[in-house]
Amino acid sequence: MTAGAAMGDAQATGLRRGVAAFLHRHARVRLSLLLSAPLAWLGLAYLGSLAALFVTAFWSTDTFTGDLVKVFTWANFHDLVSGDVYRTVALRSVGVAAAVTVIDLVIAFPMAFAMAKLASPRAQRWLVILVLTPLWASYLLKAYAWRVLLSSDGILGWGYGLTATIATLSYLWLPYMILPIYAGLERLPNALLDASGDLGARGWRTFRTVVWPLTFPAVVAGSIFTFSLSLGDYITVKIVGGKSQLIGNVVYDNIGAANNLPFAAAVATVPVVIMLVYLAAVRRTGALENL
Amino acid sequence: MRSPHRRIGRHSLIATAALALAAVAGCGGGSSTTGSAPAPGSTGFTPPKIEALKSLGQGEGQVNLVAWAGYAEDGSNDPKVDWVHPFEEATGCKVNTKTAGTSDEMFNLMKTGEYDAVSASGDASLRLIASGTVAPVNTDLIPNYKDVFEGLKLKPWNSVNGVAYGVPHGRGANLLMWRTDKVTTPPDSWGVVFDPASPYKGHVTAYDSPIYIADAALYLMSAKPELGIKDPYALDDKQLQAAVDLLKQQKANVGEYWSDYTKAVQSFKSGDTVVGTTWQVIANLTEAEKAPVQVTLPKEGSTGWSDTWMVAAKAQHPNCAYKWMDWIISPKANAQVAEWFGEAPSNAKACDETSDKTFCDTYHAQDEAYFSKVHYWTTPIAQCLDGRTDVKCTDYSEWTRAWTEIKG
Repeated sequence: MTAGAAMGDAQATGLRRGVAAFLHRHARVRLSLLLSAPLAWLGLAYLGSLAALFVTAFWSTDTFTGDLVKVFTWANFHDLVSGDVYRTVALRSVGVAAAVTVIDLVIAFPMAFAMAKLASPRAQRWLVILVLTPLWASYLLKAYAWRVLLSSDGILGWGYGLTATIATLSYLWLPYMILPIYAGLERLPNALLDASGDLGARGWRTFRTVVWPLTFPAVVAGSIFTFSLSLGDYITVKIVGGKSQLIGNVVYDNIGAANNLPFAAAVATVPVVIMLVYLAAVRRTGALENL
Repeated sequence: MRSPHRRIGRHSLIATAALALAAVAGCGGGSSTTGSAPAPGSTGFTPPKIEALKSLGQGEGQVNLVAWAGYAEDGSNDPKVDWVHPFEEATGCKVNTKTAGTSDEMFNLMKTGEYDAVSASGDASLRLIASGTVAPVNTDLIPNYKDVFEGLKLKPWNSVNGVAYGVPHGRGANLLMWRTDKVTTPPDSWGVVFDPASPYKGHVTAYDSPIYIADAALYLMSAKPELGIKDPYALDDKQLQAAVDLLKQQKANVGEYWSDYTKAVQSFKSGDTVVGTTWQVIANLTEAEKAPVQVTLPKEGSTGWSDTWMVAAKAQHPNCAYKWMDWIISPKANAQVAEWFGEAPSNAKACDETSDKTFCDTYHAQDEAYFSKVHYWTTPIAQCLDGRTDVKCTDYSEWTRAWTEIKG
């Protein structure tokens, strides 16, 4: 009995050693085993779903029974391109995303600079926590809080519409802009600022020629967050947008209300294309290499 | 997650394209069921032939439901609100509820074949019948069915050619609400929300869904009789265009569209909205918040909803499903669910069981004259629901696109 168990243990140890030795000798097998899980995730779940989206966009639905008709058709894209309303909605969405990004940048940069360069290490920790705290609260809660602020008897009283949407989205995504810029500024050695000052450069010139070029990749990283998050949002505009709609709403209406998955997929390729263009433009600036 | 890629190289794009092609190849050969719509009959279509249950047997021990939130409460939201546990004790059928948020979610859940019964609204029920997902219901096996209001039995959204496909759960009307301090003359017509020269510019509200097009069509039935609209859910191209034009014109006066009731309550309370379409439950909540509002059923009538419990054609627990359908329309449970959800019960005897004795009056449960003016939500389909055969009507997917266009 005990002898058998001991032999089993020995066998298991031997097997383990064998596997370890095999993996040690074969670096490629080791590498592929290490990478298979993340690659499967990236390939199947991430790119796979994008591919499924793209393929679905070329199908149609039987509107009564709700079944997918898996026959190739350009009709969805034809409707998308020929309808004025979709162009208007797409341009509006890009405008909102760009406005949110600019507003967040203007607010986040001085904030991040103060956190990284002016605050004491102790205060720095607290400031990071403060910036992160809003992320602990539910998105819906914050959006509804803004709804109350913006209502005509609220503190701001601006009423609902695109301005309200931009303000709310700017608030929601601000931490995503502050954190990358803060991280970028933290990596910027203080000595460079001192050197710039010693060479006679004043504040603005130091910012323009030293700080900005070195933190630009971080700004780009932040802008990708705020831009893409705003581009895909459909809940905030439902809550504070009054009567306006963005791309996300068109997608949502076609899935939720009409059960027209193919057309929704076709509409959903619009933000994907916009993001690809945006990333390509960013890549040209070389910012992605320095992230 | 839309996290930033470090580098979008050509390789990844090629990989995406290759995957896309593989997916096309993989799926293309598969089932390409076109789900051919059956030939139009007198009521629009002929459903697939499915037999109703002949006799009731022993319970199977459990039942899987697809329900609107609030339709199958087991005390988890409020310990006092529980009609699921008493059902389980009485029948031995354990209830598994899947809550759905939209009619389409319900429709898709039922098509998986994993559920036994569903609380379908009129904008899903016909599709469930046409696709053969639900079976006719043998109402003789449901003792409480006899007490259901006659005005709810064998209606176009819960029956086909005189065959019942479910038991009515409850109903409600979309009402016209206004702030009595801002709107001084009490309106009695939907005209107040469609008037191009509205004095309430920027403070009108409307329901944010394609189905709201029916509200415009309903108004046009009396405002522009020359259009010949007989049923607000059966619109040909010309009639749909008229409704769309009306809604586009209305948009200039709309402050916001609402889709969830908390938003509507808050908007009326703050005065951002002073007039627009609403539900009885919203009116009650707004009044509870001390806002001066009033509701009416306008002279044109209104749109509304009537939900139906239907049983799946391939139900694995049909006996328990029938027992549930009988339970949910039993006077006590029907009263509980109606009060919790805020709608009129379907069982006439439920009115004696409500905790608020004026409940049935508030929700006009016994008022057939009131509900005769309500056009319940129905899925618009290509076969005209009003019986016209010389034209093709616009279906819900066209309505959805029109709605996108209206919002601009």
